Amino acid sequence: MRPTSRRQIRAVCAMASLLLALAARPAAAERLVSSLSNHIVQITSNFTGVELTLFGTVENGQAAALHNRYDIVATVTGPRESMVVLHKERIFGIWMNAQSRTFVDVPAFLEVLSTRPFASFADAEMLRRERIGIADTPLPQQLGPRVTDASPDDPFRQSFVRIKQERHLYGETTNGVTFLTPTLYRATIFVPAEAPVGTYDVDIKLFAGGAVIARTNSAFEIVTVGFERFIASAAVDHGLAYGVVTAMMAVMTGWLASVIFRRD
Amino acid sequence: MEIYLPIADLPVNVFLLLGMGLAVGFISGMFGIGGGFLMTPLLIFIGISPAVSVATVSTHIAASSFSGAVAYWRRRAIDIALALMLLAGGIVGTVAGVLLFTALRQLGHLDIVISLSYLLLLGSVGAMMVAEGLRAILRARQGKPVELRRPGSHTWIHGLPLKIRFKQSKIYVSAIPVCAIGFIMGFIGAIMGIGGGFLLVPMLIYFLRVPTNVVIGTSMVLTLITMASATILHAATNHLVDAVLALILMVGGVTGAQFGARAGQKMRSERLRLLLGILVLAVGLRFAFDLIVTPNELYTIRTVGEGP
Repeated sequence: MRPTSRRQIRAVCAMASLLLALAARPAAAERLVSSLSNHIVQITSNFTGVELTLFGTVENGQAAALHNRYDIVATVTGPRESMVVLHKERIFGIWMNAQSRTFVDVPAFLEVLSTRPFASFADAEMLRRERIGIADTPLPQQLGPRVTDASPDDPFRQSFVRIKQERHLYGETTNGVTFLTPTLYRATIFVPAEAPVGTYDVDIKLFAGGAVIARTNSAFEIVTVGFERFIASAAVDHGLAYGVVTAMMAVMTGWLASVIFRRD
Repeated sequence: MEIYLPIADLPVNVFLLLGMGLAVGFISGMFGIGGGFLMTPLLIFIGISPAVSVATVSTHIAASSFSGAVAYWRRRAIDIALALMLLAGGIVGTVAGVLLFTALRQLGHLDIVISLSYLLLLGSVGAMMVAEGLRAILRARQGKPVELRRPGSHTWIHGLPLKIRFKQSKIYVSAIPVCAIGFIMGFIGAIMGIGGGFLLVPMLIYFLRVPTNVVIGTSMVLTLITMASATILHAATNHLVDAVLALILMVGGVTGAQFGARAGQKMRSERLRLLLGILVLAVGLRFAFDLIVTPNELYTIRTVGEGP
């Protein structure tokens, strides 16, 4: 073999090992693995809300966990819907809805769970960029022809969030994620009965040293099944037939009562 | 035991609903009315949206007025011709009411219109009934004979054209006020979720002089058909009728009505009228209270497009 070709082979080998080393570096970094206790929640006639368990591990994190503190933020976002916020004012002595704002495609459900209060593991700029917490989640409003996110101290936005929180549809739980071992974490997500059907995305971010170093996501679905689903879909898809059947049910009930309680 | 209501979209205790059905049914049986003016506000107060409450109660009233109508039919205490003439106006009124209901809902003013209608209608009718009831009781105390209100045999209503003879009621009146009364009942029934028995019976007696033996049966036929049509129209246009909620309410309602009817027979009629007046007035005042007192929460949120 000629010396030049041997040099070329050596160069190729060096490049290959460098590439391998580069490729191996992300593999050595932390990776998030996560799963949910169930992926489909069925609404039946006695549905009063559901608790799901989110669990997972930080892969390749064993060594780093000793000197790095890990923080997990899990954001559960429900199906998007447009909502109207109405504000009552006293007009001619009676309280009636006077002003309204429309929130466009905002999450029907939003729950943010974390290991610690957000400010203790990331600065405000990082939280804003990563959209951590309700205050940093955009809730766009229709303002004239434009759709923009109002400032966090906008009274309509504040009231919207407050009412959603009272109904347990929005929430922040800053001790909701716990590390069972330095790398194994779990969290409990509570979805109340009022939460609408649809797909719920779970976005999980791993914070270390004030920045996001890994992320993953999961999802679950809330569906109505059986009789409830039949009723709800029939009412919307076949309104007229549904109405006729309901009216007949009323007449039948009335007739049955008159037969059962007949006194002559 | 909580049950999930598919259209109202929230879980409610079944026994609470059955209890409400029984209580309202008892009162409706006692006074010979449908009880919608009590049931709709009760549903609103337990957190069901006014729109779903109004639409669903119409189904409940259809059931209770049917069982009542069957009983009166057996006794031949229904004037079919008069009922049909009332229905001619009643159906048109129901359609108009549901159309206005849909339009108001799209504009976002439905709740305030429902509240104001309850306040104005129940407040004024209730006050009149209480005053009338108190006068009747005072007269009875003073030993005077109970005055049968049958004012002069001819009023302006009897001067109207298109006169028709209703054989069973033994009256000869114009079709215009009959249709008008039917229209009014259908219209307010569709908007407020009431059968309107407490209004319709006095109207038929005072304006048309329908004799008391057929008035309740005939009014129940009108209520049955207008409320059944309101159910179908609300379901077809606004998808607001909750069949599960309606079924629980009507089972409680028709049962309660049987016991109420027995209790009502033991009471003196002027006392019954006074009690009913107080009840009507109280519901009206409750709406006034909610409209006038500063609410705890000035903001409300609702989904755009679908649902209540």
